[in-house]
Amino acid sequence: MAKAHVTTTVNGDAVEFLCDAEQTLLDVLRDELYLTGSKEGCASGDCGACSVIADGRLVCACLMLGVEAEGLAIETIEGMADGDQLHPLQTKFLEHAALQCGVCTPGFLVAAKSLLERNPDPTEIEVRYWLAGNLCRCTGYDKIVRAVLDTAEEMRGG
Amino acid sequence: MAANSHGKTNGSTRWVGTRPVRPDGVDKVTGRARFGADVHLPNMLVGKVLRSPHAHARIHSIDTSAALALPGVKTVVTRDDFNDLPSEFVPAGEMLINYRDVVRNVMAREKALFEGHPVAAVAAVSEKVAREALARIKVDYEVLPHVLDVVEAMAPEAPLLHEDLITAGVEPAPTTPSNVAKVVEFKLGDVEAGFAEADIVIEREFSTQPVHQGYIEPHACIANYSEDGQAELWCTTQGHFVVRGHCAKLLGMDVSKLRVTASEIGGGFGGKTVVYLEPVALMLSRKSGQPVKMTMSREEVFQASGPAAGTRVWAKVGMTNAGRITAGEAVLKYQAGAFQGSPVQPGCMCAFAPYDLAHVKVVGYDVVVNRPKVAAYRAPGAPQSEFAVESIIDELAKRIGMDPVELRLKNAAKEGTKAAYGPTFGPVGLVETLEEAKAHDHYRTPLKPGQGRGVASGFWFNIGGETCATLNLGEDGTIALVAGTPDIGGSRASLCLQAAETLGVDVERIRPLIGDTSTLGYTFLTGGSRTAFASGMAVIEAARDMIRQLCERAAKIWDIPVDAVEWIDGEARPAGSNAGEFEPLSLADLARLAGKSGGPFVGRAQINAQGAGPSFGTHIVDVDVDRETGRVTIERYTVIQDAGKAVHPSYVEGQLQGGAVQGIGWALNEEYIYDDKGRLQNPGFLDYRIPVCSDVPMIDTVIVEVPNPTHPYGVRGVGETPIVPPMAAIANAVEGALGLRFTDLPMSPPRVLKALGDARVPKAA
Repeated sequence: MAKAHVTTTVNGDAVEFLCDAEQTLLDVLRDELYLTGSKEGCASGDCGACSVIADGRLVCACLMLGVEAEGLAIETIEGMADGDQLHPLQTKFLEHAALQCGVCTPGFLVAAKSLLERNPDPTEIEVRYWLAGNLCRCTGYDKIVRAVLDTAEEMRGG
Repeated sequence: MAANSHGKTNGSTRWVGTRPVRPDGVDKVTGRARFGADVHLPNMLVGKVLRSPHAHARIHSIDTSAALALPGVKTVVTRDDFNDLPSEFVPAGEMLINYRDVVRNVMAREKALFEGHPVAAVAAVSEKVAREALARIKVDYEVLPHVLDVVEAMAPEAPLLHEDLITAGVEPAPTTPSNVAKVVEFKLGDVEAGFAEADIVIEREFSTQPVHQGYIEPHACIANYSEDGQAELWCTTQGHFVVRGHCAKLLGMDVSKLRVTASEIGGGFGGKTVVYLEPVALMLSRKSGQPVKMTMSREEVFQASGPAAGTRVWAKVGMTNAGRITAGEAVLKYQAGAFQGSPVQPGCMCAFAPYDLAHVKVVGYDVVVNRPKVAAYRAPGAPQSEFAVESIIDELAKRIGMDPVELRLKNAAKEGTKAAYGPTFGPVGLVETLEEAKAHDHYRTPLKPGQGRGVASGFWFNIGGETCATLNLGEDGTIALVAGTPDIGGSRASLCLQAAETLGVDVERIRPLIGDTSTLGYTFLTGGSRTAFASGMAVIEAARDMIRQLCERAAKIWDIPVDAVEWIDGEARPAGSNAGEFEPLSLADLARLAGKSGGPFVGRAQINAQGAGPSFGTHIVDVDVDRETGRVTIERYTVIQDAGKAVHPSYVEGQLQGGAVQGIGWALNEEYIYDDKGRLQNPGFLDYRIPVCSDVPMIDTVIVEVPNPTHPYGVRGVGETPIVPPMAAIANAVEGALGLRFTDLPMSPPRVLKALGDARVPKAA
């Protein structure tokens, strides 16, 4: 079967790619566009390591087909920093040592950014439930939650 | 908030004990860091494994012809491509593995021994073609009866996994094979005499389920085998030198012809100390003449990579009414999985290690079952046996109405205690962690109605071992640090801090790198909580080597004897007024002058680090149990542990927090569920539920520092001990809340509900 031609936007840039019908958005990002910051931890939507934002919605890229990206604006971890300026969440994750191995970190950052865009002043419980779709096996989540809460406070000008 | 302070933890060091941003941090928050599956090579093929659908089956034949005929399929490998290897045990982390078994675990030979056991592998132009090829391979299986349970596997009528397995460690040696690979025994004193001194004796049976390390990054590698017999391998591993050795052995290569590079590693916890895909990828690449990339799916990770051993443990502890423990005895039966080598020996050694006892006897059985071969998981073997003992200690304390921390203090191992497994402890910090627990706000805060509080302590040995490190001084006075232990949780930061401390230079001037297997001498893997300790010692030794060279150079430049030069605060100075009047030469000065004064500076160390100090910890947990759903909620959790010296306190806290939460999962949720054919029913993160963010509270930490005398800054390993206490601490807390003692893990909602239901049944019924 011929590959599908898809036109989309990734991190603000117009992108075209060819993909098989069964390729997921994650497969396309990693294997066709070489954007390997989004990770495959489960391929079943359970770990959140492939979290991306599609037209403003936080999704697991492993649960979307590549062809579904047609016409959407996709944001990945690679687009989170602004040039050489890290996003405040990225800076706070480093300051709080909110990562150990770091493989879940891109997904957590994308998910946390999506949270703070909706809710600039989340409670600890709200942070914990929003991030419940992102698995981390190293940190026990403590420093991640602290980093997100601290970022929210800083971004509010607190 | 402790986690966000950037100050020093004590005044005696300038860099060790501070919290700089880790040197690899920006790469990890931007998606730039390259993990096992993040590399693509030109002309690369995709490798896929065909796995046994049966838990136990003889393999009569494998027909790969239809797969090979499929366009796009480049090669297929089976058991016929790997030479059989004789029995030979080699260290793998804190466990031993046998090459006869490794070659069979990587690719089944006579039999498939668990669901998911590799039977064949293909390399093809795409994943799609590779999958189609797998479906075309015909395997003629003779399905055999299987056994999953450790006690059933020990029964005389149990299906035999290995027809030639004769139990080791019993005299006289058995004449018939069984599933018991080994019996081990540790004895101190006379347990019968010890129990005779006791006023109270409690004995109970416990069980724990296999649990997976649950690293978020599945196994992945790329092999590139050249026609001249040399190969490169990129893989996610805790020890690339160990991978090199295993792969060279399985492929019949010289180790010098195989260069292994450790990618960034997305978690391991012991599970990435062995090889699975790597030898297969190399073989596919050798046969196809192209690079081959292989990755496991999450399902494959669960089916075919190593969990921690499921166990049955019987334990018995005697105590006087005054709270003195008089004797401890235990029998440990550990699942090894399909091949021998469970961590039952360390399980035996750790069982009573927290206590100063005169009479101890522990017997362990290493038992093969039709499950994936177990791998190390954070303090391998210890959590299971210490869960049993720490549960009974709690029960004893309640029996005599003594505070459980007080009871532990009365019996705690300390400097000079002779452990049942042999050695006499040097300075250790169990008493200090217990004193901290007693004084902690958590322990003094009253419980809310319905809640329960539990405490438990834990022990792990820690290891040292063969380790190399190099410091290369650049011409501008900055330094490249090369270590050989993959950085799994921030160790590059702690190695840089130790180098900066020794050299007396700003940590920002040191950039770390994990060198590949050709850039350093043999370096054992990241495991045994050894990296900050052993690679730290190597880095300190390399820094001292560089300081010697720098002082010699300064002496030459000044034309004075070398012993008239000293190195202070990052610069060479004349030692005292007799040495002469010279302006100090800083590291940057000497780097700049290197070429003109005699050549470059390289500090090297190759050591076999000894004297890893053991680490003790004590955990406090409060739980609430929902009596309608059976759900146990962790309301508050505090980890107190001896780190010797916390090099980067944030990452020490991280180890304590992460280990505790893995223990929470082990205690409350995680288990493998099999059907009656021995097939795993929950090989995914939806049904094998590791703790998520909303399951846990903040994890408070207290770092105790009882310096390890063999390390220049007092460092002990910290990574493993924190997974030891949680299971007993939580069971003790649940007992406090419900008045019911759970001896079988996990304490999942169905089991809690069942126990509550049983309790409601009138005793007469």
